[in-house]
Amino acid sequence: MAEKILLKGNEAIAIAAIRCGCDGYFSYPITPQSEIMETLMDERPWETTGMVVLQAESEVASINMLYGGASCGKKVMTSSSSPGISLMCEGLSYLAGAELPCLVVNVVRGGPGLGSIQASQADYFQAVKGGGHGDYRLIVLAPSSVQEMYDCVDLSFELAFKYRNPAMILADGVIGQMMEKVELREEKRRLTDAEIATLYGSWATTGKPANRKGNVITSLAMDSEVHEKFNLKLLEKYRQINEHEVRFEKVACDDAEHLIVAYGSCARICEKAVELAREEGIKVGLLRPITLYPYPSKAIDEMTAQLKDILAVEMSAGQMVEDVRLAVNGKIPVAHFGRIGGIIPTPEEVVAALKNRIQ
Amino acid sequence: MDTKEIIKPENRVYGKSPVLTDVVMHYCPGCSHGVIHKLIAEVIEEMGIQEKTIGVSPVGCAVFAYNYLHIDWQQAAHGRAPAVATATKRLYPDKYVFTYQGDGDLAAIGTAETIHACNRGENIVIIFINNAIYGMTGGQMSPLTLEGQVTATTPLGRRADLNGYPLKITDLVAQLEGTCYVTRQSVQNAGAVRKAKKAIRKAFENSAGGKGTSFIEMVSSCNSGWKLTPVAANRWMEENLFPFYPIGDLKDK
Repeated sequence: MAEKILLKGNEAIAIAAIRCGCDGYFSYPITPQSEIMETLMDERPWETTGMVVLQAESEVASINMLYGGASCGKKVMTSSSSPGISLMCEGLSYLAGAELPCLVVNVVRGGPGLGSIQASQADYFQAVKGGGHGDYRLIVLAPSSVQEMYDCVDLSFELAFKYRNPAMILADGVIGQMMEKVELREEKRRLTDAEIATLYGSWATTGKPANRKGNVITSLAMDSEVHEKFNLKLLEKYRQINEHEVRFEKVACDDAEHLIVAYGSCARICEKAVELAREEGIKVGLLRPITLYPYPSKAIDEMTAQLKDILAVEMSAGQMVEDVRLAVNGKIPVAHFGRIGGIIPTPEEVVAALKNRIQ
Repeated sequence: MDTKEIIKPENRVYGKSPVLTDVVMHYCPGCSHGVIHKLIAEVIEEMGIQEKTIGVSPVGCAVFAYNYLHIDWQQAAHGRAPAVATATKRLYPDKYVFTYQGDGDLAAIGTAETIHACNRGENIVIIFINNAIYGMTGGQMSPLTLEGQVTATTPLGRRADLNGYPLKITDLVAQLEGTCYVTRQSVQNAGAVRKAKKAIRKAFENSAGGKGTSFIEMVSSCNSGWKLTPVAANRWMEENLFPFYPIGDLKDK
């Protein structure tokens, strides 16, 4: 049996990074995710796998270190929380524009502004709709357990390199801080420089060998026609991502007449709420998006025939609910229930909101 | 002797470095960028490190530096080149990594990245083109604009009480433990060009030796931005910039 250990969500990110062959981690401390860097510094992977770990002077610096590392074809990542991610948005836009694979972990806290250090899901728009400037998308994964935090690291890198696009793990303070048993997956070694040059030499700045032209990592195109073409190429990539990479989980959906849509730690609470509601005879199911971009719009739309209504539950004032509404396009009513300011809704509150909706 | 005779290889006394591309440079006639690009290309050629060199270009006139040198390039966000270069060098310690940045890029928006990369002693080369103005955006005040200097955003001249003082960032960087070589050079005449090239060579050699950050300020002219002819611009540079930004080594350890 594979080894299982007890880890915090943030620690799981760090351990997974080392074990999946990550080349570099560049970050700036911020609550509630500082354990990621602390764990890495404690593990000292530079002595074992050779992974670089560097505490940067700011989130602006760390995201640009990512730009440098990703330009090299290396597996690089950073982590932060909401205000730090806001600072990174310029860099995220550049990374998307230069089509660079990398991983950004956002352990979301309350906002706006300095907000609170409690868990929140109020950065959905920023993660899924942009944040930085321009028509770009991130691949966004939303783990709902510590095991999924661990597994999403490798998956994010896999998707990031498959599509040459930045990926984000959108977690929250609850998942980051809670402890659960985690199965450690088989270790992957880091790629050698020679392997990277072979695999990514067509675009990465690995040092220009005599037999190829210099590679240039840039997002600049002065000619409007060229720039439109480039943007259309990006759009086609995003279409491919939408077609092939949607991931979600359904719970008790077969006979459901009502549906809850929730992600991350909220989905865990809603699982319990579904159980409680079913004990009272309410036929409710849960759809949990695992990818927030691409969003499981089709899966939600396909359920509308069997459903009377949908309740989106989020720790925000109502952000993901907009994507649920777009998915069903007015076919059935969609409502939102959320707690904000770092308050975590209870399963009982969700059931009450569900009943309120039905009545 | 006819032309064919003259261009025989054995008669060659000077040639364009093969590290330079054949792309026509977009720089204004009289600008210092072209000469400095040439010097970097020659150093890369002479050291035989073309396959091991990665350049980081800035935002500003030199954003297109990647069109002119046959090496791998990363084009950084405004001011962030030292952060980009930090990761590149740490992930490829055997490569030569340099940034090429203007005074707006390096000393205004990128001040934090500059100071911290230098303070960490990253084994990179920073080539800093100081023309005391924002060239690409049309000649606005930069942190290194002199007091009294007329720019698009200081039409009556820079005033310390309104705009603060010119930032001697190179002096500041020389104070940091992480830098091993900090120098101020220029390329307005043959003598200066030779010294500037020596400095670039030394900086690249330092980065291989793990001695820390090498930082070369090139006091440069922007005749378009200064609204002067190339000759008058060089004269203005010598008479006004050199007294405030004196040429020579600030640190060599």
